[in-house]
Amino acid sequence: MRKALLAAVAIALPMFGSVAVAQETVKIGYIDPLSGGGASVGEGGLKTFQYLADELNAKGGILGKKVEIVPLDNKTNPQESLIQAQKAIDAGVRYVTQGNGSSVAGALSDFLTKYNERNPGKEVLYFNYAAVDPVLTNEKCSFWHFRWDANSDIKMEALTNYMKDVPSIKKVYLINQDYSFGQSVRTQARAMLGKKRPDIEIVGDELHPLLKISDFAPYVAKIKASGADTVVTGNWGQDIALLLKAAADAGLKVSWYTYYAGGAGGPTAIKQTGLNHQVFQITEGFANVDHKQSQDFEKAFRAKVDLSLWYPRAVNEMRMFAAAAEKAKSLDPVKVAQALEDMKFEVLDGGEGIMRKDDHQFFQPIYISSFGDIPAGQFDEEKTGWGWKQVAKIDTAQTMLPTTCKMDRP
Amino acid sequence: MLELIVISTLNGVLYGMLLFLMASGLTVIFSMLGVLNFAHASFYMLGAFFGYQISRWTGFWPALLIAPLLAGAIGAAVERFGLRRVHRNGHVAELLFTFGLAFAIEEVVSIIWGKVPVDYRTPALLDFPAFTIFSTNYPAYKMFMLAVSVVIFIGLLVVLKKTRIGLIVQAALTHPHMVAHLGHNVERIFMLVFGVGTALAAVAGVIAGPSLVTQSNMASLLGPILFVVVVVGGLGSLPGAFIASLLIGLLQTFAVSINASPATLFGPLGPDLAASWLNDIWNVTIAQIAPIMPYLLLVLILIFRPMGLLGTRET
Repeated sequence: MRKALLAAVAIALPMFGSVAVAQETVKIGYIDPLSGGGASVGEGGLKTFQYLADELNAKGGILGKKVEIVPLDNKTNPQESLIQAQKAIDAGVRYVTQGNGSSVAGALSDFLTKYNERNPGKEVLYFNYAAVDPVLTNEKCSFWHFRWDANSDIKMEALTNYMKDVPSIKKVYLINQDYSFGQSVRTQARAMLGKKRPDIEIVGDELHPLLKISDFAPYVAKIKASGADTVVTGNWGQDIALLLKAAADAGLKVSWYTYYAGGAGGPTAIKQTGLNHQVFQITEGFANVDHKQSQDFEKAFRAKVDLSLWYPRAVNEMRMFAAAAEKAKSLDPVKVAQALEDMKFEVLDGGEGIMRKDDHQFFQPIYISSFGDIPAGQFDEEKTGWGWKQVAKIDTAQTMLPTTCKMDRP
Repeated sequence: MLELIVISTLNGVLYGMLLFLMASGLTVIFSMLGVLNFAHASFYMLGAFFGYQISRWTGFWPALLIAPLLAGAIGAAVERFGLRRVHRNGHVAELLFTFGLAFAIEEVVSIIWGKVPVDYRTPALLDFPAFTIFSTNYPAYKMFMLAVSVVIFIGLLVVLKKTRIGLIVQAALTHPHMVAHLGHNVERIFMLVFGVGTALAAVAGVIAGPSLVTQSNMASLLGPILFVVVVVGGLGSLPGAFIASLLIGLLQTFAVSINASPATLFGPLGPDLAASWLNDIWNVTIAQIAPIMPYLLLVLILIFRPMGLLGTRET
């Protein structure tokens, strides 16, 4: 009898345990490449989110519940992402976050919107921290999708505003990944440069397969042959690192205007080219922003994760999620979503951001920075001794582009 | 124009020679053992990671020697303890075995070294531009890669065609019993050949690692194209693989530099067709489809000359 009782307790205890744990954690499904060509950025993102979850947990979690990041590998593949999303939902995840690849983001947004229509009461929210195809907050916007990164049009607007005042730019070469995001970068660059600096000649407009090229030497030869003095690229992951590396090998001397030159391997390659402060990047923040709070964060983050903080927006995302849940006094995704709408928030790098209700696009100060020599004591990247330096700051108000979003609300 | 042609030729030859370095091991294994090793590119990746790890401890040059030996030893062990047993169940079982092995190696590598690219750099001794053509630098390291490939090509040819070892190895494939009766240990010969083949792949890995990016998906990135090289060159033919590597390297490089599309050649489509899906195909440039050109070549070769360029064997 006693034995049977003991056995019953032994079986029941872990079950109680798991039920209790399941109720006490807020699970966030992290759906991003953890293998394949996007793995380097996907891994970096995962470490960032885990760090942020730890940070929230140290302060008592969200509404007293622990935050847990559930890593799910999508191999930068939209189809695979949907399988992973379903897997996450089955495991009790009500919040997913994803960033790498707008093709993935588009598929996920569609999938979750449909899922939420069919499963009222079990809604899943989608926090997008890096997929910047403008269509996601315009024609294809969804109530369930929130984006913390500035979309590609906002970034191109800011980048071309800076470029129009640089007289040395005469011949521009565009090279981008052949999918929705790369195509939107190239079209916007053409349109905006054409309007702001009609004297600039577009000497090349290249699209190459996404994350499939192992040697960019032929592309660099082409850039060189075109006589370009400036390259504009939205490349990310290994595509930007290999492109810069091939340029460094060939000694290509041009200015680079990029979205993601700071990703894994990029800084090392730029140092090799010797292009001191000629590679520009547009981001919502960087290590050397003159703001004590973000610098303290960077220091602690590097000490623990041994990576630079690529995604200040991930910090904003997680902190805003916690704030919204607290404001709604609920972890119900619908209520959290409503609390996020038009929410104002002091961003990590200083200044006020706002999550626009009309399209769920977050607006925040944006920086253009260049990579090269830095004063002693500032943050460098990848142990190159070089770091990012601010060349321009665009305030929140100037980044507000109109939207064509017509959102269906629950 | 001349500039682009000269530089594309150089780039194409460089890329082709790197392909050859990897394909040579695959060809040797195939021609001797009759095994199409799907895990070959994985040994290339092992070479790169071993090279990276060892060069951190001892510097690049010892790594160039030790890493291939290590990978070759693993290759020999795979033949001795895996492939030899699987062999009894025929070719399909062998194919599947190497296929699974490729995944296993990728997983192990990403567990040990992670999925983020490792910081594997060119040795300081070779970190300078060798020469400059039309203001484009050619790194000394790439010239070194070229030289290694040529030396290995010549060395392999000489060993296989001119030495006793080559004679025995070739005889062991077609007449294993005869060779065994002459007092040679056929099983050990096969094991050594497999080991040498994988070591060759590892050499390619050690020297390509710093030039391309060393990360856990590098095998799957280059794996498929190796088979194109081997099939186009002719299964089992070393000179064939050499020619095919160069051909594919040049084809891919030149394709990238051609911006022509049917639209630029024949003018845009008529207004009644311009909005249809045909318009997309009409405007695709050769540069955009460059990465699939080798596979197109593979399909054409299989249709019109299934034994490959220099192959003698019917497939």
